[in-house]
Amino acid sequence: MAPQSQGTGHPCYAYGGGLSTARRHFEKPAQLGWEHHAARQLPGHCTSLGPMRVSLFVTCLGDRFFANAAADAVRLLRSLDIDVDFPPNQTCCGQPAWNSGHVPEALQMATHTAAVFAKADYVVLPSGSCTAMLRCTYPRLLESPALAERSYELAEFVVDVLGVTELGDGLAGRRIAYHHGCHALREIGVKEQPLRLLESAGATVVPWEMDEECCGFGGLFAVKAPEVSVAMADRKLDTLPDVETVVSADGGCLLQLDGRARRRGKPVRFRPLASLLWEARLGSA
Amino acid sequence: MEVHSRDYRDRARRIITETPEVRESVTAATRTFVDNRREAFADLDEAALSGWAKEVKSHALTHLADYLEEAETRLVERGAHVHWAETASDVHRIFERIVEENAVRKVVKAKSMLSEELALNPFLESCGVEVFETDLGEYIIQLLGEPPSHIVGPSIHKSLEDTRVIFHERLGTARDASPEDLAAAARDFLRETFLTADLGVSGGNFLVAETGSIALIENEGNIRLSTSVPRIHVALVGIEKVLPRWADLSTFLQVTAKSATGQPVGCFVSIIQGPGGSAAGEPDGPEELHVILVDNGRTRVLADPEIWEALRCVRCGACLNICPVYRQTGGHAYGYVYSGPLGGILNPGLVGLEETLPLPFASTACGACADVCPVRIPIPELLHVWRRRAVERGLTGSEERTALGLFASAATRSRLFGWAENLAGVLPDWVIRRLPMLREWSDGREPPRATGPTFRELWDEGIE
Repeated sequence: MAPQSQGTGHPCYAYGGGLSTARRHFEKPAQLGWEHHAARQLPGHCTSLGPMRVSLFVTCLGDRFFANAAADAVRLLRSLDIDVDFPPNQTCCGQPAWNSGHVPEALQMATHTAAVFAKADYVVLPSGSCTAMLRCTYPRLLESPALAERSYELAEFVVDVLGVTELGDGLAGRRIAYHHGCHALREIGVKEQPLRLLESAGATVVPWEMDEECCGFGGLFAVKAPEVSVAMADRKLDTLPDVETVVSADGGCLLQLDGRARRRGKPVRFRPLASLLWEARLGSA
Repeated sequence: MEVHSRDYRDRARRIITETPEVRESVTAATRTFVDNRREAFADLDEAALSGWAKEVKSHALTHLADYLEEAETRLVERGAHVHWAETASDVHRIFERIVEENAVRKVVKAKSMLSEELALNPFLESCGVEVFETDLGEYIIQLLGEPPSHIVGPSIHKSLEDTRVIFHERLGTARDASPEDLAAAARDFLRETFLTADLGVSGGNFLVAETGSIALIENEGNIRLSTSVPRIHVALVGIEKVLPRWADLSTFLQVTAKSATGQPVGCFVSIIQGPGGSAAGEPDGPEELHVILVDNGRTRVLADPEIWEALRCVRCGACLNICPVYRQTGGHAYGYVYSGPLGGILNPGLVGLEETLPLPFASTACGACADVCPVRIPIPELLHVWRRRAVERGLTGSEERTALGLFASAATRSRLFGWAENLAGVLPDWVIRRLPMLREWSDGREPPRATGPTFRELWDEGIE
């Protein structure tokens, strides 16, 4: 999936997105089992066919607020026979600066991140939004597609790269709702992969009429227009079906929805996708 | 029109807290529009249509002067008066002359967002002319003394009950009148007004260069009447409305109607290309036709290499309808004619970034608008251009700049970053309430909890 320029269009459209990508995933032929991954094409600079190596980009929110979920991502990947590495100098991808128009600061963070992951075969992020930053914005910010081509959101990596669509049955009987983060959904076209992994593990993903609508986080938007941001979270919460748990691949969305639900005293749990995927896997033991 | 966009946050807050019913009306109406739109395109190759429409509009905009002159020539051949107006006051002067020469006392108006830009109604009233909006939604908000809240559904923020109250007061309808009764009352009143008006004003959805035709889309028949019954007609056309060929029009009429309301095509499409009874064979229509080609900031947008694509807009309102930010407040929060994602990209170009500053930031960059734009304007990208410029021009405040500068410095030093992350996780409530940004967060939401170890620490300990 090489980045390509597409005139003055939205840069992320160069990667496909939305419906077309979703359809592509639907139409994929039956996947090989995960154990065949070594036969798949490896990145150009990767010289050996040993166990696949992945560098985890935990992301700033992941490091501080979803540490256990990030640890679950490591457990999940290891259970799939992946060597996981954690380059210690990593920090933030720079998206907060980029989105608010602070381009030099975003460039500073992108340059740092690109250096940190320069040697990685694959970069896997437990975050759709940060993956979108690496894949859609880095190529033009850094004028290099190098990192974009190797970066994947966790569920996307498991399904599209490893070809694994069944992790286990650890979610049997669970009723959950899924919140699609905007950037995962519209910029990198990750929609079916997480649902597929959750459902194949026995979870019922309950239909939610607002599952694709923005939660109102939007980085600095949440503090620049807090009343609108909160009203958006309320719309999500007020349309939520009767479930105990809402799952999302995006930490910012989870903080927003959880923060608002707690303020309103609404007893719903908001949980990162990585933890649910590890629970799905545990059921296979 | 006066610009109040700088007050976006206050206006939005007041709408949400003081008139919560606006949020409900706007959300319900826009969701219906979105559902209808989806259905309208279900059996079509939407990507092919929007790709084609994008190229046609881009071509027209990059050959704008040629096509405008071609349209002018065709219109003049058929006996129309064509005026070129750079600013709102140019338009006002043109109207002043028409009003004086023809002793105009009463004007009927078809819906035109451009006329809102030009503050035409207050100007005509200052000339002693009575102005009547004839689109039902426009008529309702004219009675209420409010500006439109949506470019397609101007009274989208009003409930049926709001309309019952104002019609009861002004037209004497029953307090519990049905929607049909309300529409009938407006029709009775407006029919009489059409027949006695001296002048009709309309906008123009498209201006076909090849034939000099102005096309107007509507559902109520009021545009048909406004443009044909009064003795004089004035069409206000933004210069970006040009289409090169007659053959382009039918597809644009469909794409626009489908995107706007989900209709296959508007109930009425009026084509105006000259005064009635003219030698060129227009049997019906006004005795006198004036077409005013209006710039009002558009050439400035066109000359901006990063923003010009915003001029492709056909004003369907699809980006407003899908926008979760717009849905919470409706259009009044945005403080200028254009609201929602469209307002965020177009208003700074038309009236200046300083005047409209928060609008490019009144978006979560969720990208939903880009998916529905029938002419593929890269809206999130254009919003980002304005954000970048706002920062470059120092308009976003030193507090934010300092905070992000510090953040970026820390983010290139991982130990410092880890330390700062730890600190952020354990700030006591009283500190949070005093710190900018965290304060705004915690007004409506609980601060995130982060009491345990960071991932870094878990990794160092070893993950089992």
